[in-house]
Amino acid sequence: MGRIYKKPVSMTKIAMRYCPGCGHSIAHRLIAEVIDELDIRERAVGIAPVGCSVFLDEYMDCDMIQVPHGRGCASATGMKRVRPDLIVFSYQGDGDLAAIGTAETIHAATRSENFTVIFINNAIYGMTGGQQAPTTMPGQKTTTNPYGREVKVHGYPIKVCEMLSALDGPIYLERVAVNNVPNVLKAKRAIKKAFQIQLDGLGFTLVEILSPCPTGWGVIPKKACEYVDEKMSKYYPLGVYKDLTKKK
Amino acid sequence: MKNMEKYKMGEKVLMKGNEALAEGAVRAGCRFFAGYPITPQNEIPEYLSWRIFEVGGTFIQSESEIAAINMIFGVAACGVRGMTSSSGCGISLKQEGISYIASAELPFFYANIIRGGPGLGNIAPAQSDYFQATRGGGHGDYRVIVLAPNSVTEMGNFPKLAYDLADKYRNPCMVLADGLLGQMMEPMEFNFDWVDPDKLPPKDYIVTGCKGRPRRIINTLHMIPSILEKHNWHLYEKYQRIEENEVRFEGCNLEDAEIVIVAYGTSARISTEAVIKGRKKGIKVGLFRPITLWPFPKKAINELADRVKKLLVVEMNMGQMVEDVEIAVSGKSAIHFLGRPGGSLPTGDEVLDKVEEILSKPASPERERGK
Ligand SMILES: Cc1ncc(C[n+]2csc(CCOP(=O)(O)OP(=O)(O)O)c2C)c(N)n1
Ligand code: SF4
Repeated sequence: MGRIYKKPVSMTKIAMRYCPGCGHSIAHRLIAEVIDELDIRERAVGIAPVGCSVFLDEYMDCDMIQVPHGRGCASATGMKRVRPDLIVFSYQGDGDLAAIGTAETIHAATRSENFTVIFINNAIYGMTGGQQAPTTMPGQKTTTNPYGREVKVHGYPIKVCEMLSALDGPIYLERVAVNNVPNVLKAKRAIKKAFQIQLDGLGFTLVEILSPCPTGWGVIPKKACEYVDEKMSKYYPLGVYKDLTKKK
Repeated sequence: MKNMEKYKMGEKVLMKGNEALAEGAVRAGCRFFAGYPITPQNEIPEYLSWRIFEVGGTFIQSESEIAAINMIFGVAACGVRGMTSSSGCGISLKQEGISYIASAELPFFYANIIRGGPGLGNIAPAQSDYFQATRGGGHGDYRVIVLAPNSVTEMGNFPKLAYDLADKYRNPCMVLADGLLGQMMEPMEFNFDWVDPDKLPPKDYIVTGCKGRPRRIINTLHMIPSILEKHNWHLYEKYQRIEENEVRFEGCNLEDAEIVIVAYGTSARISTEAVIKGRKKGIKVGLFRPITLWPFPKKAINELADRVKKLLVVEMNMGQMVEDVEIAVSGKSAIHFLGRPGGSLPTGDEVLDKVEEILSKPASPERERGK
C-alpha cells in the first residue's frame, strides 16, 4: 500500500513555530499541496507579510520574499508586471491586509493584478500580542478592547470579501475556514481555483480564510475551532463572493 | 525589432531636466516605473507613461508613494531595473520601503526632485532634503548612494551611473535634484550607449522561481541580535568600500584660490556665476562641487583646507551640507555659510557679495550662523 499522507514537496522540513491550534499552519500546508498538485513550485514566488506568518518564507520550499507590513499587494504587483510568467501569491493577515495595507489591497484588486492573495482573518493582531484588528467583531475582547469592541468608539469591522466584491476588478473572491475537516477541504479547493485562475491569466483572486487564533482569543484550540462556527462565520458568512470565471 | 533608441549618443537635444532624467533612465535599461504625482517632478511620470511602453516596459500610477516603493521592491527582487521618483513629503513616505530594500541589498534607482519644506512647504526648488538623503533617510543603519546633478545633461546621464553603482554594490542609488533642475530646459547630450537590459550581467540573488536550484529567500528579518549585528557590519563594510571608491566631485579655479565656495546642484550652478564674475574682478575665488553627496568628498575637502583658509558653503536650506564640510575640514579653515531656505534662490551677485565680505575680514575659526 502506498503512502497516502506525506509532507508536500513545496514545504521545507523546518518545524513550524505557531501556537497549538493556529490556523496559519493549516493554511500554509494547503498552499503547499496546491502548488504541488498544479506543479508550479519552480515558477512560484511567495510573499510573506509582517505578522505571525512572517516566517512563511522558512516554511515554503519555493522562492520567497518578505515585505513591509501591509505591502504584499504592491510588491506582488511589481513582480507580476515584470515577470508575468511567475506564479505569485501574497499571504497576509487581517491587520496587514485590511488595516495598514487596505489601500494596496483595494488598488491591486481594482487593477485586477494577476496574482493570488491568501488572506488570514483571525479577527486579531496575533504577533503583537492580541490587539484589535480591523476584523475584530463587535463585543470581541482584545488587549486594546478590554471591555470588548464597542462600535461607537472603534467603528465596525471590515468585511473584506463583501467590500472587494463591489469592485469590477476582482475575478474570484471566496471566504472559507480551516476549523474542521470539511471546511479545510473546501478551503483547499478555493485556493486551488484561485491559483488556476492566475495560471489562466485572468486576474485578481483572493481567498479569505477564517482562521483560529487560540492564543489571541484566550481559549483552548478546540474552543477556538468552535468559535469560528459559532461566532465568526455568522458575522463573516462563508461562500463565493465573486466568480467571473464563468463569464470569461 | 524596431529601434527603440530615441537619441544618439552625443546628439544635442533641447530637453527639460525631468524629461532628460526619464529618458536617461529608459536608455539605461529602466523597464518599470511606479509613482504618485507631486510637483515639481510630474514630467518624469508623464514622460514615462508613454515612453516606457515604447521599449516594452510598464508604468503604474500607484495609489500612493508607499505602494510605489513596494512595487519597486518586488521589481528589484525580480532583477529588473525599476525606478520611482517623487519630491519632499512623497520621498518621506517611501523611506520605510527604501530601508527594507537597502537591508535586502537590492539595486534600484530613484529621484527626489526637492521642493521647499518642511510640511507641505511649496513647489519651489530647494535643497532641504540633504540630511534625509545622505543619512539613509529611513529607519535603521543604512546608506544610499546620492548623486547631485547640476545640469540637464547630468540629469540625463546620472540614471545610468546610478543603475551601475546600484548593481555594483547591490544598494539603492538616488539622484537628488530640485525643481529648478527638473523644470529648466537646456541643450543636453547623452554620454552613454543604449543599454539593452537583457544583456546585463545575470544576478544570482533574485527570485525567479527555483527551477534547477535551491530556493532563494529575500528577507530583512533577523530575530537573533548577533545575526542582525553581523548583517549590519556586513553593510558597513560595503559602505566603506563605496566611500573609498565612489567619491565624485569637481573643482574649478582651485589652484590659486584664497576662498573656495562649496556647493552642489543648483547652488553650485549659481555659484559658478559668482566665480566667473569674481575672477573678472581679480578675486581669487574657486568652486568645489560635490557630485556624490554620499559618499561625501571628505578627504578632498580636508586636503583643500590645508591650503585654503576660507570656505563659503552655499545651500538652498538652513545649513545641512555645511555640517559635513565642518566634519571634513576639522577646524583647519574658517567656514562661512550662505543659505536660502524655503524655495528661495540666492543670486550670483549675492554669493559674490558674501565672498567679498568674507575676504575683507580676518579668518575666524567659528562658522557664522544664519544667512
Ligand atoms: C509599519 C509597521 N507597523 C507596525 C508593525 C508591528 N506589527 C507587527 S505584526 C502586526 C500585526 C499583525 O497582525 P495581523 O496582520 O492580523 O497578523 P497575525 O499576526 O494576526 O497573523 C503589527 C502591528 C510593523 N512591523 N510595521
Ligand atoms: S498568536 Fe494566534 S495567529 Fe499567532 S501563532 Fe499564535 S495562534 Fe497563530
